[in-house]
Amino acid sequence: MLLDEIARSVSGGQAVQTSRLVEQALADGLEPGSVLNDGLMAGLTVIGERFKRNDCYIPEVLLAAKAMHAGMSLLRPLLAGGGERLRDKIVLGTVESDIHDIGKNLVGMMLEGAGYRVIDLGVNVPAGRFLAALEEHAAPVLAMSALLSTTMPRLQATIAELEKAGVRERVKVLVGGAPVTREYAQRIGADGYAPEAASAVDLVRDLLAPAPTV
Amino acid sequence: MQIVGELINTSRGAVHTAVDNLDAAFIQGLAAKQVEAGADYVDVNAGTFVGKEGDKLCWLVETVQARVETPLALDTPDPEALRRALAVHRGRPLINSITGETGRWETMLPVVAEAKAAVIALCLDDAGMPQSAADRLRVAGKLVRGLEGAGVSMEDIYLDPLVCPVSTDTSAALAALEAIGAMRREFPGVHAICGLSNVSYGLPKRRLLNNAFCLLAMQQGLDAVLLDPLDRSLISLIQATQTLLGKDEYCMAYIQAVRENRLT
Repeated sequence: MLLDEIARSVSGGQAVQTSRLVEQALADGLEPGSVLNDGLMAGLTVIGERFKRNDCYIPEVLLAAKAMHAGMSLLRPLLAGGGERLRDKIVLGTVESDIHDIGKNLVGMMLEGAGYRVIDLGVNVPAGRFLAALEEHAAPVLAMSALLSTTMPRLQATIAELEKAGVRERVKVLVGGAPVTREYAQRIGADGYAPEAASAVDLVRDLLAPAPTV
Repeated sequence: MQIVGELINTSRGAVHTAVDNLDAAFIQGLAAKQVEAGADYVDVNAGTFVGKEGDKLCWLVETVQARVETPLALDTPDPEALRRALAVHRGRPLINSITGETGRWETMLPVVAEAKAAVIALCLDDAGMPQSAADRLRVAGKLVRGLEGAGVSMEDIYLDPLVCPVSTDTSAALAALEAIGAMRREFPGVHAICGLSNVSYGLPKRRLLNNAFCLLAMQQGLDAVLLDPLDRSLISLIQATQTLLGKDEYCMAYIQAVRENRLT
């Protein structure tokens, strides 16, 4: 079936083929929403699962994300709201005075690959800019990294700024970076900690999942 | 080839626990094993102890130096923690590290200059992570001139080109390799150093890539490296490469190492 083929094409990282199959699906009259969910997203889910099992590697995830983007660029004009409401927005950046962005970029690519809209503010981001972006985009997630023991305190300072501005309640805060530990993340009141880029995606998914009803 | 043993780093869980519990025997054992395996410097890093980094770093310096004579690489971006670690360190350490980022440069430079120690300088400035070899060389020039201006001799400067993963950019290793060659030509006397594990991030069988990168970098003039000295196959490859690069007179270091059963 065509949607399965699209999913396989995405998980196989075939951008050109994905575009062609999406065009064909639309010409056949398939719903754009179903092409997105049962085709493109399904393919990414497969690659995400494999990545978690160490059954595939970063370049393969990047290729799959590229194939996903190729398909999305055809679908976006046809989706309600330009497709942007399909997934939650995540504000991302390294904290003020910290310009180490390899890990942060990987997290961004992984999240985009998983279908989230990533608002990447780049490096050396002061608390005020994080706050402004969270408000401007009504983003429910803030993901920050600090790679140095000297810049780690900025994670806490940024959380304090969110509290002061009264937005802490509605924003889930994720932190990461080489010297950051789970204990530290808990101590500064973050909602989650990811030791490496791949688990950041699971973490976002868990944090945004509706609370289970007891 | 100067080897900096990288194992005493609190980002490794077992080391964090040992430092937290002031487990001197564990830390001293790890230091002694690295020195026996050929480490010229033993790196000490307490970066996961936010707010207590200075205390923990001093404890590490005193604990390790109670057991081994080898100088240490004091691994911290915090000038205050560094100042305190320098005060308790015996001998001449390697400071790890200074960068060209405005805040870090200004606060670290006086400490480095006063310490009269060797220093690792990362090719990083306010422009962010370097992309090309040319980016790295530009930052290296600023670092070398600045350190020289503060009275640090060329022989005490260890330039680190910053190695990025090939998994996200397949030209990343090549950019770092080219930078190493260019630095060594441009700044005679200055050392080139790097870590090996970044290059393989996100790929399987990482050691294979790390080791291949190390040998390529040695060909470009890398003369110091941060690594796990307990990795015998890597240490063996490095010795063999030194011999092939004409840095082993009459191949005697190689022969000697084989006789002492140090190579695999």
